[in-house]
Amino acid sequence: MAAKTRRYSARDVTVLVIGLGVAIVVNVGLIWGPTLASVGLSATGWNGIGPIEWVGARNYHDLAAEYPPFWSAVRNNLLWLAFLGLVATPFGLFCAVLLDRRLRLSRVYQSALYMPVVLSLAVVGFIAQLVYSHDYGVLNAVTGLGVDWLGDSSINIWVVMVAAGWRHVGYVMIIYLAGLKAVDPALKEAAAIDGAGERQTFFRVVFPTLRPVNVIVLVITVIEALRAFDIVYAINKGRNGLELLSVLVTENIVGEASRIGFGSAIAVILLVISLGFIVTYLSQLFKEER
Amino acid sequence: MTPSRRPVRPLRMLLHAFLALVALGWVLPLALAVYASLRPYEETARLGYFSLPEHLTLDYYGQAWSQAELPHYYLNTLIIVVPGLLITLLLASFTAFAIARLRIPGRKALLIVFTAGNLLPPQVLITPLYTLYTLVPLPAWLSDSQSLYDSYLGLILIHVAFQFGFCVFVMANYMRTIPEEITEAALVDGASVWKRYWRLTLPLCRPVLAALSTLQFTWMYNDFLWALVLMSSGDKLPVTSALNNLRGQFFTDYNLLAAGSMLVALPTLVVFQLLHKQFVAGLTLGSTKG
Repeated sequence: MAAKTRRYSARDVTVLVIGLGVAIVVNVGLIWGPTLASVGLSATGWNGIGPIEWVGARNYHDLAAEYPPFWSAVRNNLLWLAFLGLVATPFGLFCAVLLDRRLRLSRVYQSALYMPVVLSLAVVGFIAQLVYSHDYGVLNAVTGLGVDWLGDSSINIWVVMVAAGWRHVGYVMIIYLAGLKAVDPALKEAAAIDGAGERQTFFRVVFPTLRPVNVIVLVITVIEALRAFDIVYAINKGRNGLELLSVLVTENIVGEASRIGFGSAIAVILLVISLGFIVTYLSQLFKEER
Repeated sequence: MTPSRRPVRPLRMLLHAFLALVALGWVLPLALAVYASLRPYEETARLGYFSLPEHLTLDYYGQAWSQAELPHYYLNTLIIVVPGLLITLLLASFTAFAIARLRIPGRKALLIVFTAGNLLPPQVLITPLYTLYTLVPLPAWLSDSQSLYDSYLGLILIHVAFQFGFCVFVMANYMRTIPEEITEAALVDGASVWKRYWRLTLPLCRPVLAALSTLQFTWMYNDFLWALVLMSSGDKLPVTSALNNLRGQFFTDYNLLAAGSMLVALPTLVVFQLLHKQFVAGLTLGSTKG
């Protein structure tokens, strides 16, 4: 015990201060500092050069009232979240449940399902073009339709979400598969002895024990939905029906018009939504740990 | 055993049929891209992508390799990813060690702040980050743009900062599972903090380091957004962004682009095939607590 409460030597303290100091400086300087700066800048009309002028909540007002892409982006982000959460995630769980048994070729199926996870979303966006292209895309060739899947602004978000879901399913499946492996087999046996069917066993016995995994998957799903960017940017730079909040933020920096204040206001809206989920997740995570 | 197994057989067949179908559906888009990359443009323009081949050729790979100057961009990616990976793992493992193993005041708060930082959507902080990068001067020998903006160092730093939180979280969880006795014996011997970290803890973390390297390599390699916003010189972009060089101003040969995409996706696919186990471990270590 005496050893544990021993004071650190001067050299130990130096090593700790440098190591943790660098970590904190990098994290605060490049992540939290800019995040707080977003909040501050969102109340200004700054254009990147010249004096910073305070405009209060005007950016938010303009955003809601005079910037049509904003509402289509909100709608698309919500759709994206709903699609990942209600279609892709349950499907990933379903595949994990099917694969979580002694099955020949299980490894092959698994590999196929999570191969898209390692692909860059820019490449996924490109593959989507091959499939959905109006003139020579495979989808039109197979179905005999002549739909402009990516060009028609009323449907393109749906087919792009399918491409994003393609990747999301594998991701969710890996995590659930690991969670299912950790479930005590005795639980399932006991349920089977009590005469529960497979479906009942899953919903009444297995699924409740997966709660921590469910929380993680929920957070991943929400974060992925808010982060969605590369795939629409690779397809058409996020215009014409494919607007997303993340694209609008980026547009205000890389686009011709550098509207730092206005872009920050959109970023703050993203921040508020994501922080809600992050805080819920972390408080749960660290509560359990205690 | 045998009598109860018989009646299940047809169900099992159905299960295999379903999984095989899903797996096939999942591989199909990628297979399509490979197929398109092997066929001449005039042929697919005439027959569509969903047709039997008349000619198969590897020419597009050579063309993409030289026309998009892929070797140059692979090198750019390496210049960014290798230091990024090493610094992230070094910094994160030391921080995780301090948090998990030493009784540092506020260690829990640190862990929460770091983990939360990793969950933020990048767009939340990208606008001020961009401004910050343009304002930080660098000597010419370090960056020919003479600022953090448009420099390799800038991209390395943001990768480190952004991925750091996840790595700390995973490694702190892992280190908690290592029996305390090992370092306690060293404490009695009077080993320094650095020695306990570098000599005693880190060697035991090999599995988690392997898993995180695999995962982080894939993520950093696949990055698209940071380079898009924080780089301006075309010749310094990482390989994922180089694909745009294959798009013509008026005409894009999609088969050429398909070949380019496959070349860009190849390293991550190879890593995934070779280090399959580590990749999955990296994803699941973060989700199931150590």
